Amino acid sequence: MMTNEELKNKISEMLPSATYEEGGEWLNIFIAPEELLSFAERLRYTKGLDFDSLFCLTCVDWKTNFTMVYHLTSTIHFHNIVVKVKLDHNNPAIETVCNIWRTAEFLEREVYDLFGVQFLNHPDLRRLLLTDDWVGYPLRKDYDDPINMIKL
Amino acid sequence: MFSFHGITSSVQTWLNNTFNPTITVMIESVIVILLAIALFAALGLVLVIMERRVAAFMQIRLGPNRVGPWGLLQSTADTLKLIMKEGLTPDGADKFLFNLAPFIVMIVAMLILAPIGFAKDFQIWDINIGVLYLSAISSISVIGILMAGWASNNKYSLMGAMRSGAQIVSYELSAGLSVLSIVVLTGSLKLSDIVASQENGWWIFKGHIPAIIAFVIFIIAATAETNRAPFDLAEAESELTAGFHTEYSGMKFALFFLAEYINIFIVCAIGATLFFGGWMPFHVGSWEGFNHIMDYIPSSVWFFGKTFFLIFVIMWFRWTFPRLRIDQLLNLEWKYLLPISMFNLLLMTIIAIMGWHF
Amino acid sequence: MVEELGITAEGDQVINIGPQHPATHGVLNLVVTLNGETIKKVEPHLGFIHRSIEKMCESLSYRQFIYVTSRMDYLSSHINNHACALCVEKGLQIEVPQRGQVIRVLMDELTRIASHLLWWGAQAMDLGAFTPYFYAFRERETITTIMEETCGARLTMNYMVPGGVMVDLHPSFQQKVKEFITLIKSKIDEYDELVTGNIIFQNRMKGVGYLTAADAVSYGCTGPTARGSGVHCDVRKIYPYEVYGKLHFDEVLETEGDSFARYLVRMKEIKQSISIIDQLIDNIPDGDFQAKTKAVLKLPKGEFYQRVETARGELGVYIVSEGGTTPYRIKFRSPGFSNLSALDHMAKGGKLGDLVATMGTLDLVIPDIDR
Repeated sequence: MMTNEELKNKISEMLPSATYEEGGEWLNIFIAPEELLSFAERLRYTKGLDFDSLFCLTCVDWKTNFTMVYHLTSTIHFHNIVVKVKLDHNNPAIETVCNIWRTAEFLEREVYDLFGVQFLNHPDLRRLLLTDDWVGYPLRKDYDDPINMIKL
Repeated sequence: MFSFHGITSSVQTWLNNTFNPTITVMIESVIVILLAIALFAALGLVLVIMERRVAAFMQIRLGPNRVGPWGLLQSTADTLKLIMKEGLTPDGADKFLFNLAPFIVMIVAMLILAPIGFAKDFQIWDINIGVLYLSAISSISVIGILMAGWASNNKYSLMGAMRSGAQIVSYELSAGLSVLSIVVLTGSLKLSDIVASQENGWWIFKGHIPAIIAFVIFIIAATAETNRAPFDLAEAESELTAGFHTEYSGMKFALFFLAEYINIFIVCAIGATLFFGGWMPFHVGSWEGFNHIMDYIPSSVWFFGKTFFLIFVIMWFRWTFPRLRIDQLLNLEWKYLLPISMFNLLLMTIIAIMGWHF
Repeated sequence: MVEELGITAEGDQVINIGPQHPATHGVLNLVVTLNGETIKKVEPHLGFIHRSIEKMCESLSYRQFIYVTSRMDYLSSHINNHACALCVEKGLQIEVPQRGQVIRVLMDELTRIASHLLWWGAQAMDLGAFTPYFYAFRERETITTIMEETCGARLTMNYMVPGGVMVDLHPSFQQKVKEFITLIKSKIDEYDELVTGNIIFQNRMKGVGYLTAADAVSYGCTGPTARGSGVHCDVRKIYPYEVYGKLHFDEVLETEGDSFARYLVRMKEIKQSISIIDQLIDNIPDGDFQAKTKAVLKLPKGEFYQRVETARGELGVYIVSEGGTTPYRIKFRSPGFSNLSALDHMAKGGKLGDLVATMGTLDLVIPDIDR
């Protein structure tokens, strides 16, 4: 088990361009979209880190950008980190990580379905929860459905 | 003492005195057909209500108890509902075969009724190859099921039908072999002879351990042949929704449903005839007094008592065991039951030749 | 189209299992490609009961959104509420009084027993044995009655609120739970006799739906599904919340990775839950059951993640707050969703009957998957 400080040092060595966000329970790492795949592979396979479980994958619409959030944990060392990637709001696209963590296949389909983020090289990128002919991406902040949405 | 024999012979004497022999036979046939259909209807109603009450008893609930006294009219009400329902035929179905299939299953069930002795001297057709006839006719029902599955144009139905085909054809073998072991003991295929041979004790007691083994195999194979749980793969509710009769509704469904229960009755009747002496009261060798007392219970009561006991056992299976998988089902037959029953038959033959049975 | 469905050889066929099917326990559609009886591909189609709870929560306050989550995994609604309440408390840095914590844990474990009981009955029914379902419901009924007395509800409890629990325990709670514990201890042996020891049942479950430990981790499986493969993943042990850290109980691990291992994990978990309740039921501390909280809750700006162990696995609640009265974004990491994604891998190569057995041991609750 590594503390957040140790993880930060280790990851700074691996990827000097990463920036960090303080204050959370776990170490939050911001990386650039094109670095994600190689960085994820190193997180997964580096001895001592072994982030073998992607237990949560989601996206947050910050209106100016989308932030992909990857919650990683290690079932060997039981340490957690959060990897965040900022995406362009007009054309969100990022590499898929489903070759590293297979659970990502469904989770990414869900994010594609609800946020419209394109996952490059995803084997089966289709809508998962909504019907195939659904218009729009409901979890985006600018999505509006005047009939069905609850507003308080 | 009440006996069906008196009624039948007096009816026949009266008919013979009134009409010429040809017309007598025709009238008798009509009476028999009507009686058979009436028996079918009655059995269907009784067995369905029995199944539901037995299930409820095992599952700590009450079961049907609203329609009629103690819910006894529940299955009558269900039948009325089914008669009034629309019999749907799917669009892509082979209409002729689709509509024919339930009747084939039903007719087969009716045909097997012929050689069964319901009471002393009360039998439709005492054919001298009774046992052979039974096993020959009962194989036909698989055709009806395959027909239903194929004609429905539904993948669930087709898979159910294929499972059923594989299952019935396999289990026929060990059912046949276990029946044969009794035939070996009696030396006759005639069912009345088999019953008569058990006058001094039922075969399950007289035939030593091989008879018990044969009975156990018979009851397993019978459960499988009637597509009952734990061998209900053809219907397999949780896998194939309803298997071969998925697409059937209304009265056509009711015919399948009825045929299932009639088949249970028939295999249990056969089991009772072969192993428990049919209508023969419980006799013990040379205990004259005891045997005489037992004779006071009408033979029809003995027959139906034994049959319904076996039916209860089969229902007990259904509400206790999980279902087998198709490959396990075939493994059980071909790797275990068939070799055992072959060996058992051999053992039985030795016993019969050496005269070791009682 | 043909290739997409996995049809590669002559004689392959595609059947739709669900959305209305007895084995899917809800509105799940599995498109299954079969060769005869052998499964070549299983593709889940979700969303039949998708209500977009995450979007809904964005317009509900921190007190209100908890009630919606009862409708996700309705069989362990206490634990769903618990996760949300814990996450809000983490943001507000509220310390829940001891009594509140113990009540929460008691309710969680009762829910876990109820959920596992229902699963046990449903699993047996999937394999064609109907009777266990009624037996399971008989005992579950006792639990729901206990819940009803205290929470006023039998299925969607909405009992846990930020700061503790909504109302105090019913006066007869302790006695009733003790009676239930005595009852269930004797009944578990009956269950084992009826189902676990049955040779047909064992044959159907053993060697079916293999999942290796590495695959379980890679697919994000948690809960009994992963523990059946020997993955140490019990949140109650690894990241203890409430009073779990002080309790003595074992994390049940089986290493076979087949359906029977997952079955055994759940059956043994019932016993562990019983032992947890045994430890707590006589030691409910006096005091407040709820911490003092403000009428309107406002989480500070930031991100909060809380995970708990539901009956199905790890439930995560991820709240992104902008400092307002409603969450900016909420994500529920549902255990069923990840477990389901492993189904194709587990069922491939098996028979159609195995698919039902495997799917049963994943213990899917469809509203939890679709959210």
